[in-house]
Amino acid sequence: MSNFSTQKPAAPRSHDIVMAGLGKRRNAELRFRAYGLGAIVIALVFLVLLFTSIVSKGYSAFLYTNVALDIHFDAQAIDPEGLGTPDAQANGDYDILWKTAIYGLFPEVTERQKKRALAGFIGSSAGQRLRAMVKSDPKLVGTTQRVWLPVDDAIDMLAKGNLGDAAELSDRNKDSLVWLTTLQEQNRIRKAINREFFTNGDSREPEAAGIWGAVSGSAFTLLVTIGLSLPVGIAAAIYLEEFSPRNKWTDFIEVNINNLAAVPSIVYGLLGLAVFINTFGLPRSSPLVGGLVLTLMTLPVIIIAGRSALKSVPPSVREAALGIGASPVQMVFDHVLPLAMPGMLTGAIIGTARALGESAPLLMIGMVAFIVDVPTSLTSPATVLPVQIYLWADSPERAFVERTSAAIMVLLVFLIVMNGCAVYLRKRYERRW
Amino acid sequence: MTTYTPTLNSMSNANGEQYLAAQDKAPEMKTRETASKAKIDREHRITIGEYTSANARIRCRNVGVFYGEKQAVQDINLDIGKHQVIALIGPSGCGKSTFLRCLNRMNDTIPDCRVTGEITMDGKPIYGEDVDVVPLRAQVGMVFQKPNPFPKSIFDNVAYGPRIHGLVTTKSDLDDVVENSLRRAGLWDEVKDRLGQPGTGLSGGQQQRLCIARTIAVNPEVILMDEPCSALDPIATAKIEQLIDELRTLYTIVIVTHSMQQAARVSQRTAYFHMGHLIEVGETAQVFTNPQHQLTEDYITGRFG
Repeated sequence: MSNFSTQKPAAPRSHDIVMAGLGKRRNAELRFRAYGLGAIVIALVFLVLLFTSIVSKGYSAFLYTNVALDIHFDAQAIDPEGLGTPDAQANGDYDILWKTAIYGLFPEVTERQKKRALAGFIGSSAGQRLRAMVKSDPKLVGTTQRVWLPVDDAIDMLAKGNLGDAAELSDRNKDSLVWLTTLQEQNRIRKAINREFFTNGDSREPEAAGIWGAVSGSAFTLLVTIGLSLPVGIAAAIYLEEFSPRNKWTDFIEVNINNLAAVPSIVYGLLGLAVFINTFGLPRSSPLVGGLVLTLMTLPVIIIAGRSALKSVPPSVREAALGIGASPVQMVFDHVLPLAMPGMLTGAIIGTARALGESAPLLMIGMVAFIVDVPTSLTSPATVLPVQIYLWADSPERAFVERTSAAIMVLLVFLIVMNGCAVYLRKRYERRW
Repeated sequence: MTTYTPTLNSMSNANGEQYLAAQDKAPEMKTRETASKAKIDREHRITIGEYTSANARIRCRNVGVFYGEKQAVQDINLDIGKHQVIALIGPSGCGKSTFLRCLNRMNDTIPDCRVTGEITMDGKPIYGEDVDVVPLRAQVGMVFQKPNPFPKSIFDNVAYGPRIHGLVTTKSDLDDVVENSLRRAGLWDEVKDRLGQPGTGLSGGQQQRLCIARTIAVNPEVILMDEPCSALDPIATAKIEQLIDELRTLYTIVIVTHSMQQAARVSQRTAYFHMGHLIEVGETAQVFTNPQHQLTEDYITGRFG
C-alpha cells in the first residue's frame, strides 16, 4: 500500500487546497468589514460633532433674558391731555415709563453717559410692548404693574455668558454685569421662551429677528415646487418609460434630461432671472419665481428616479395585465404604477429635499434681499431658510451667531419632518403589497 | 446528433431522398404515407403529418418570427381545432413559446420582434392593420410559465379582467364570476375564506390555478398555456391537468410543455418543434407511438432534449 502511494503521488485533495487558502479569504473578509465599520463610525462621529456644535450654539437662541420692572403707567406720560381715547393713548411716550422704572432701581447712577448705558440695558422694543399692553387694557393707565421686558441683545449675550470671562469685558459691559448681578439677586431676571424668534420676520436687531418669515417663504416656495415638479415629473417619467416610441428623438430627450440633472444649480438661477423675471415679468424675490426655478432644478431628478422605478417593475406583471386584455394605460395605472410608486416617491423626496436646502439659484432671483415682512402670498417678497442662514451668518452682532445655529436647527427639523412624511407615505403604499 | 450509428444514418438518408423525390412529384401533398419502420431523415425540415384541421379555430400559414435580424421561428403551418388541446413540444429554444405568443400578439410587447406570414382566427387575420389587441387578448387568454398573480388580493386578481372589460355591472355579478372562475380552477375551497388576502401569498400551485382562474374569468375562447406546470409539484400538476381536460369542452387550448407524459395525457394533437421548425404534427397517440420523423423519435425516446 505504501508502495502504491510512493509510486503514484496522490493528487492534492481539493479540501486541503481550500483549507490552505481559507485564512487569506477570511482576512480579506474581515478587512472589508473593518473598512465598512470604520467608514460608518467616522461618518457618525462627524455627524455627532456637527449636531453637537449646532445644537450647543443654537439652543440658547430659543430662550431670551427678560427683566422684571415695576412700571407705573403714568397717565401724564401716556395721555398728557387727558383725552382717554385709544388714539390719544397710542401717541403717548411709553419709553419714559420703562426708563423711569430702571432708573428708579439704580438711583446711584447719575452720570449722563452711565444713565444712557443703563437705558440701553432694556431692549428697544420695550416701549412698543407697553403701548400694546395699554391698547389691549386701557384700565392699566394710572396703575403700577410688574412687567417682564426683554433685555438688549448684548445684555442677553452677557447673561448667557457668551461674551467671555468677566476680566475681558469692556468697561461698559462691566457696568452692565454689575447691574445684571444686582437684578439677579432681586429675582428680576429670568429666561423665557423666545417667542419673537418663531413669530417674527428678519430684523437688524437680533432680539427682534425671527425665523418665521424664512419658514413661510420656504413653505410657499416648496408648495410651488412640489405642486409643479411632482405631477409634471411623474407624468414625464411614465410617458417616456411606458408609452414613448424608441427613436432618436426620445434618445435625444433622455440624454438631455440626464445632462440637466448635472447642471450646477446657480445656472438655473440665471435662467430664472432671464426667463421668469426679465421676459415674463414675474415679481422679483417672490416664492413663485423661486418655486419655478427649483422646479426646473428638481424635474430631472424626479424623472430619472421615476423611470428607474418603473423599469424595476417585473415584466411578468406587465405580461399578466396585457395577457388578459388590459390596454397599456390600464396596465400602467392599475399594476405598474402602484408597484413603482415607492421608488418614485423616494426620488421625488430626494429632489424636494435638495430644493429645500438650495440657496444658490435663489440668490440670482433676489430672494437674498433683506425682507422684514412675513410673506403672505406667492408673489410677496420673501426669503427662504438656507438664504436666511446665510444672511445671519454674515451679520456682525454676536447674537446672530446663536440665531444662525438655531435657524439651521429649524431647517433640519423641516427636512426631518418632510422625510418623515415621505417614509410614512412610502410605507403606506408598500403595505398594499 | 453526432452519436447515431452509420447504418441508421445511411438508412435514413436513403429514405429522405426517396421522400424528397415523392415530394417533387406531388408538391401539394400535405400528408405522406411512410413505412412505419423507416423514419424521415433528420435534416428534413418540411412539416410531416396533417397540419390542417377540419374544424379549425386558428390557422397559421408560413409564420416566421424575427428578433431583430435573428429568425426564431420559420415557416410554420398549423391549424388549431375547436375544443381541442394541442400540445407543442420540443427542446428548449426551439421556438414553441415564441410561436405560442404570436397567437395573442404578446410578441408585440417585445421591441424588435417581427412576425411574418398569416395567422387567422375564425378567418380574420389577427395581425391585420385594423385589429385591436385588447379584444383579441380578451378572446385569446394566456397562462404564463411562472405564476404571475397581480400584487393584489385574490378577489381582485380574478375580478380585474371582468372589471376592465365591463363584463359585469353589479357587485353580486362580479362575486358570482369570481366564485365561478375559482371553482372551475379548483381553487375555491382553498381560498374562499381569504379572498381579501394577497394572491402572491399563495403557494406556487395555487398561484398558477389563480392565474388560470384569472384567465377564464374573462371567458376567453382560446387559452394559451406556456409550460403552466414547470414550477409545480406532481400534485399541483395533476390538478391543473385535470382542469385542462375539463376546460377542453368549452375552450380551445394550446399548451407548451416540456413533459412528454403531460403532452400525452392532456392533448389530442401534438406538434413537435425543432430549432424554429415545426417538424411533425399529428394525433397525440400517433406521434408518441409511431413518430414519422427521426428527430421526433429521438426526442420522445429521450435521445436528446
